[in-house]
Formats: sequence, C-alpha cells, structure tokens
Amino acid sequence: MELNRKGRFGEFGGQYVPETLMNALIELEEKYERYSKDPDFKKELDFYFKEYAGRPSLLYFAEKMTKDLGGAKIYLKREDLNHTGSHKINNVLGQVLLAKKMGKKRVIAETGAGQHGVATATAAALFDLECEVFMGKEDMERQALNVFRMRLLGAEVRPVLSGTATLKDACSEAMREWALSVDSTFYVFGSVMGPHPYPTIVRDFQRIIGDEVKEQIMEKEDRYPDILLACVGGGSNAMGLFYPFIQNENVQLIGVEAAGEGADTPRNAATLTKGSVGVLHGMKSYFLQDSDGQINPVYSISAGLDYPGIGPEHAYLYKTGRASYVPVTDEEAVRAFKYLTRVEGIIPAIESSHAVAHAIKIAPHIGRDKIIVINLSGRGDKDVYSIARYLGENIEAEG
Amino acid sequence: MNRIEEKFKELKSKNKKALITFITAGDPDLGTTVELVEEMERRGADIVELGVPYSDPVAEGPVIQKANCRALKNNIRIKDIMDTVRKIRERVSVPLVYLLYFNCILQYGPERFFSDCRESGVDGVIIPDLPYEEQAEIDGVAEGFDISIITLVAPTSKERADKISKKARGFLYCVSSLGVTGVRSEFKTDFEEFFKYINNASEIPKAIGFGISTPEQVQALKGYCDGLIVGSAIVKKVEESSSPSDAVKNVGDFVEVLRNAIDA
Repeated sequence: MELNRKGRFGEFGGQYVPETLMNALIELEEKYERYSKDPDFKKELDFYFKEYAGRPSLLYFAEKMTKDLGGAKIYLKREDLNHTGSHKINNVLGQVLLAKKMGKKRVIAETGAGQHGVATATAAALFDLECEVFMGKEDMERQALNVFRMRLLGAEVRPVLSGTATLKDACSEAMREWALSVDSTFYVFGSVMGPHPYPTIVRDFQRIIGDEVKEQIMEKEDRYPDILLACVGGGSNAMGLFYPFIQNENVQLIGVEAAGEGADTPRNAATLTKGSVGVLHGMKSYFLQDSDGQINPVYSISAGLDYPGIGPEHAYLYKTGRASYVPVTDEEAVRAFKYLTRVEGIIPAIESSHAVAHAIKIAPHIGRDKIIVINLSGRGDKDVYSIARYLGENIEAEG
Repeated sequence: MNRIEEKFKELKSKNKKALITFITAGDPDLGTTVELVEEMERRGADIVELGVPYSDPVAEGPVIQKANCRALKNNIRIKDIMDTVRKIRERVSVPLVYLLYFNCILQYGPERFFSDCRESGVDGVIIPDLPYEEQAEIDGVAEGFDISIITLVAPTSKERADKISKKARGFLYCVSSLGVTGVRSEFKTDFEEFFKYINNASEIPKAIGFGISTPEQVQALKGYCDGLIVGSAIVKKVEESSSPSDAVKNVGDFVEVLRNAIDA
C-alpha cells in the first residue's frame, strides 16, 4: 500500500515518539530514501543475500502433507533454511548495511524469541559494529540457547525486568536506550512496526520473500497461489510474503495470530481478533489494551508472537479487508509443530507452527486444484526445550 | 488567560523563576496525592505536574517507572485521577499539569478528556510521545477547552526548535539532555548552544526538565530559563519514605530547599 500521508497506511502508522528521537527518524528516512535507490547499495545487499544468507530460499512442495490432508496443494517457503535460521536475517542485513553507510558505530535491537537478536548480533559481527540486544528476562529463560548464541557472536544481552519482562518491554527499553545514545547508535527494529519509516524499511527488506515466491510458483505451477499463510506477531515475515501480492486480488492473504490458551481467555496475544486501535511504540495500530489505554499483559507459548500489538500496514490490510487474520492456540501450534516434524521431517519454529496449524485446519476443505503457500519463517531447534516442557517431558541438558 | 500564563506573568513581575514539581498520581495512593500537592504549594512550588501512571512509559527512567507500577497496583483509573484533581482544586490555586502518554487520551476519548480537564481544574497537558508532527490530532479539541498542550524541545531538536516554540502553549518544556527522565550527576548539554535555537524562536516561557535533582543544579541552570522542573528526585523521596505522612513531610522539606535555591 502507498503511504497516503507521511508515514501512514490509512489512519495507521505515524511517528509517536519523544521529540529527542524525531531528528534521528527524519535523518533515517532521508538516508533510506537515498540508499534504497542507490544501485551500489542494492548490489551489495543482494550479494550478502545470496552469498551470506543463502538466498533464494527454497519453495518446497510438501507432498506428504498435501496427500495426508487430502485437499489443497501445500508449498512451504523455507525461510528456516536461511543463515541464522529465520527470515529475520533479510531485514537485519539491510538495516545493518544502512547503519554502516550512515557511519554508526553501534547497533541496538529488541528481541522476543531471540531470532532477531541473533540475526542482529550476526550482522554486527560481520560488519564490525558494537551490538546490544534487549531481551525480556522471561524470554531469556524461555530461549536460553539464543541468549548464548548472541553472546558467542559478541553481543551484549541486556535483561529487561520492567513490565511483563517480554518483547513489549524489551522494545520500550531499546527505545529508551536509543533516546540516550541517538547520536552514535542505530536502532535495528525487528519487525514491520515502530515509528515511520521503520514499518516501510522492514517491509522493503522482507519483500524478497514474496518476490521469490512469485517467481518460484510461476516456475512450478505456472500460476499464483490461492492462499498465503504466515504467522504474525509484529508481522514482518507475513508482510514480506504478502506485500508483492497485494495487487493480485485473487490471492487470499491470511495472517495467523497467537491465541495462547484461547482467544476467549485472558491469556492470548491475538491482537486483531481481540484488540482495538491505539498508540504504542511510535505507531498507531491495533493493541490489546483496556479502556484507559493501559496495555494488557499478553501470553503465547511463542516468545516471538508474544506482543500486544501488530505492525500498522497489517492494521490497514485488516481494516480494508484485503487480508484476514485468524487465531491459533498454543495447543494447536504444538500439534502442528509435531505434525510437520513427523510428516515432512522439518522442525518448524513454534512461531511458524501457528501458520502450519491453520493450513492443517483449512487444507482438507479446499479443492485439490488450489494452492496454499505457508511461510515457514524459522526453524524450530530453538524451541525443543520449551516444547518438551509443554508436553511434560524432561530433557536432561535443560538449563 | 489560563492559570499557567498568569503564573509566569506574576513571577516575571516579581523577577522570579518558576519551580515546577512532579509527582506520580496515586503513588502511593490518591489520598496522599492530594496531601502532596497541597504541601508542595505551601512549600514553594509554582506549578505542579501530575504523572498519570502508565503501563509502558517509554520516556521514563527507572524511578518514575517504579512509581507508575506502585500506582497501577491500586488499579487507578483516569476517572479516579480526575476526581482527585477536583479535591486538589478545592485546596490549591497552583496551575496543575498532567503528564501522560497519548494512548491514555485516545482511549479515554479526546473530547471527554479535555472537557474533564477543564471542569476538574487541570490547566495543561504534557504528552511525551506526541511530537509536533502528530499534535494536530488533538490541538483543536485541547484549544476548545482552553487546555495548554505543553510541547517539548530537546538538545537534538536543533532547527525544529523554531516551529515547536512558535506552536507552544503555557510554557516550553526544554529537555536538559538525551535519554529518559531520571537523576543525572552532570549535564553534557551545551546549554548556550541549545538555547540559541530556542530563545530566538518565541517569547513563550521556557522551563528546563529531565535530571535536575539538587539545589546546586537548580542554581547552575536557572539563568538559562524561566523555570525548572524537578521530577524523579521528588518521586524518589516518596519511594524512600516510610509512610504517606513521612512522604508528605520529606517532599515538603525538599521542595523548600529547591525554592530557596531558585530564589537565591
């Protein structure tokens, strides 16, 4: 969607940040505008996508899953095969390269599951930048493996104890740190959220997912898919997949939200299913909140989807009806995690398992002539401990 | 003319600077908030800021974050704070200013919010996450109820200071340094440079805030501006007090020290 006024997708988006950060955002917008049109920058980024991250990622026909479900043909976009194990590397390579061009010496980031933190720490190591990652204390416990990976990569992981000690609070803390060090530091936002121009920048760096799917599916099927499925927390993997297809109105776009213990229980993170329009972390969008604007504590088994809001462009796609958003519970996601592992021999991230779960629900009821593409946004190695815990199994090495 | 403008006019005629003090509403409880405001006025505060506790205060340092948590534990609603302001208004005449995050106004309803501000006796509002570019969303409503939106200007604002100052109402909130609220042992900002941008812009009274905690800092900074804002250092007194009555006494004593420093 085009921005119809500065930094807006319809009524959503904007720049609701303290004055201290405004000139930094304006500078970022100018620099991004310049570099995104610079052929050398594009060439350099393209080089790292191919030679470092391993792009293009495969579009895999999940034949066994398709047969087993007995309906629509299912393809998996294998973002889990990227370097660092998820789609997060796409955005991070773009932003860190931009930071380097802007002469910044240090990058900071927020992280939930740790995938964005690991990707940022990786790119910082590659481009010789200092790196600090803010992570909720609770998430650090859920994702101890990723914490250690970030430290191995040379990043400092700063535990966040305020609020609910999860992704939302990590984001607030990273914004506070940015306000303190804005002259020297580049804030690498991990999703299509935050103040303008971040939702646009992150979407532009992630759209390669959808662009590749377009080419790959034309090659394999000689037509576009009928349904695109992706999980949404902030919504970057979904926006990356959806964006190139927005104008293709026969392609149905479905975002899958984390419903935790159920969208009708207080323990969920299903922002569009249960939320209302508000402002947080620099953007106007949908949030889970009360009538005074206090942000509700959210819950999901997935640390990466455990966020009370959603990116503003998703809010716009939802409001205009171009995309729809459905809830999937912890239980359904864990079942899908096990299912894909056993049927296809692919261990999906618990985040991506939410999208797989919805495919399992709908595929049998859709004709065999239809095509579904699921964005397998990340791999599930990081999740095995928390899945074991959820299933009540004891794995010795747990720490 | 509302109470804020009158106050600065009155201070100017007496050749004095404004002492602006901040507490978080409902910390430790709303009854004590009434007592604290009354005591701060008695001991020399010219304007009182009331922080509306919020779940995600992105511009706040650890001291005020903790105060927000203490207040929210009592399940305080904005409606309760408005009721408290009515009680405060019966006892004090100082201008009262809310500091709150934009989402609170949005969910309460801008029309209802500014109407309630007017009716209960609030004179101005500081919204730390509503920069110049987004302010048009509520400017008209606020002006309709004669509530001043007090805008902030930061050391990073540079040439933006001009348009921000021209639009400012009540007073201009000059952020002393980078970062969030909270005590600073020293200021790295070049205030001469900072105020060069600001002073040329408009006649609006200027007050410096963020990090001011000692009488020495008050004396060092007062020459640059028309008022000084002390927040976290006062909230810290509340936090460290053993009881609500102890808090009222400690905060009162501290405000008097600051008053003496600003008048010296």
